[in-house]
Amino acid sequence: MVKKSAERIYLSLIFLFLYLPIVVLIVLSFNDSKTKVQWGGFTLKWYRNLFSSSSIMEAFWTTIFLALASALLATLLGTLAALGIDAMKKRNQAIMIGATNIPLLNADIVTGLSLMLLFVRFTRLGMGTVLIAHITFNIPYVILNILPKLKQSNRTTYEAALDLGATPLYAFFKIIWPQIRPGVFSGFLMAMTMSLDDFSVTYFTKGAGINTLSTMIYTEMRKGIRPEMYALSTILFLLALILLLFMNFGPSARKGKEER
Amino acid sequence: MHTQLRSLRRQLLAGPYLLWMAGFILLPVVMIFYYAFTTTSGHFTLLNISSIFASIHLKSLFLSLKLALACTAVCLVLSYPLAMVLNHMKTKNQGFIVFIFILPMWMNFMLRILAWKLLLSNNGVINTLLETLGLPGLDVLNTPSAVVFCMVYDFLPFMILPIYNAMSRIQPDIIEAAGDLGAGELTIFFKIIVPLTMPGVISGITMVFVPALTSFAISDLLGGGKVLLIGNVIEQAFMQEYNWNLGSGLSLVLMVFVIASMALVGSKGEEGGAGVW
Repeated sequence: MVKKSAERIYLSLIFLFLYLPIVVLIVLSFNDSKTKVQWGGFTLKWYRNLFSSSSIMEAFWTTIFLALASALLATLLGTLAALGIDAMKKRNQAIMIGATNIPLLNADIVTGLSLMLLFVRFTRLGMGTVLIAHITFNIPYVILNILPKLKQSNRTTYEAALDLGATPLYAFFKIIWPQIRPGVFSGFLMAMTMSLDDFSVTYFTKGAGINTLSTMIYTEMRKGIRPEMYALSTILFLLALILLLFMNFGPSARKGKEER
Repeated sequence: MHTQLRSLRRQLLAGPYLLWMAGFILLPVVMIFYYAFTTTSGHFTLLNISSIFASIHLKSLFLSLKLALACTAVCLVLSYPLAMVLNHMKTKNQGFIVFIFILPMWMNFMLRILAWKLLLSNNGVINTLLETLGLPGLDVLNTPSAVVFCMVYDFLPFMILPIYNAMSRIQPDIIEAAGDLGAGELTIFFKIIVPLTMPGVISGITMVFVPALTSFAISDLLGGGKVLLIGNVIEQAFMQEYNWNLGSGLSLVLMVFVIASMALVGSKGEEGGAGVW
């Protein structure tokens, strides 16, 4: 009994540690007061300001565009790469996987800086360079999610289909695709979250005039925090909550569990 | 022969990625090496690398190691019991409770820093609360402690998740069998639970230690320019002094430290991040 309540208390303490900052942000986003510690009444002012601020909205859409575009392109390149790597000999496979691990092992700051060094030598920093950088650190997540699925898959079925006259494309969609699909999707989702959350790599490769939410909040915080940021945090937290609830407990998650 | 041709054709699918890898993974690393070993006029030098021994750089490297170790230790001490408690709760909404402890990880990294700055600042929430209770205020912002606090907050889920995953995979039968054979709770803990969760602990340690060692944003925003980590030194070399050669040299040193620390804790860790999905 004592042990049980001790466990409860411990859980609650960690819970408090994790959520207190978030709750404070949410409460302050409705606070009609200039100072951050006094309650000046309920307001939606900061939300209105948020949606009418062109710089914040632009950063928001840039973030979404980068996340979707980089995850899509990384998934495309990564899926093809995984298929190719899977067909290679052991030694070449090891080399390819080793190189793929570089962006994962490297510190974000080093990845960002090294790409910046490359970009400034050949071109100007801008949206294109950030997109390339995001694709680059996203691809490993895609490949490493798909390769295990390919290893588990049944190779002879695909060979048999080809021997029986199926075109490679037809055989791929009928046999390989269903087996690697979960890996492709989780690779895509992981790539998207990595891109959404990234600060360091974006910071070094973006060039002037382009901001994602992360880099915008960073510059804002160095100047001092505007209450609109609290409103933004609240919205983003709710979005993450909904997305995760859906992914973990939604219809697709349940189906995935049954398949396993 | 036929299958060989097929396999060769399939390997070509990796072609576009091979080009991408050469251009955007390997070439940037070559660039870092090139800048690290040359002067601004392009002559070979070792000064950029050896400048790590300059006292300011050495001090920031040691501070980074110290803070990263502190952050990793705190995360481990907090996460291990938590993972045990979570694993013990055999309720039907266990999945949901675990989910609650992982959710903050999905909030934007910058916003989490923002939240802590808000709590810790001198006229911030915690100090106001302490004041109304008649307690002395905390002057913690702009100190290394504030940076460690925020690092722990940011990286804690990376420690919780792999340890919890490893723990939930332990078969209850093994523990029951040990109990039947006369092992006490402590023996079970040290002989069964600790060794079986070791891969999770190791991957948790790397997932916390490396980002803590290399971060520059947290110390920049919560250190008020007074907490200079090696990441800050590198960032300033590039973005403020435009001394790319020095910055590259120090980056190379940082890379060595990251690789060495990973080799030290071993590569036996399991992939922790994939477990969320």
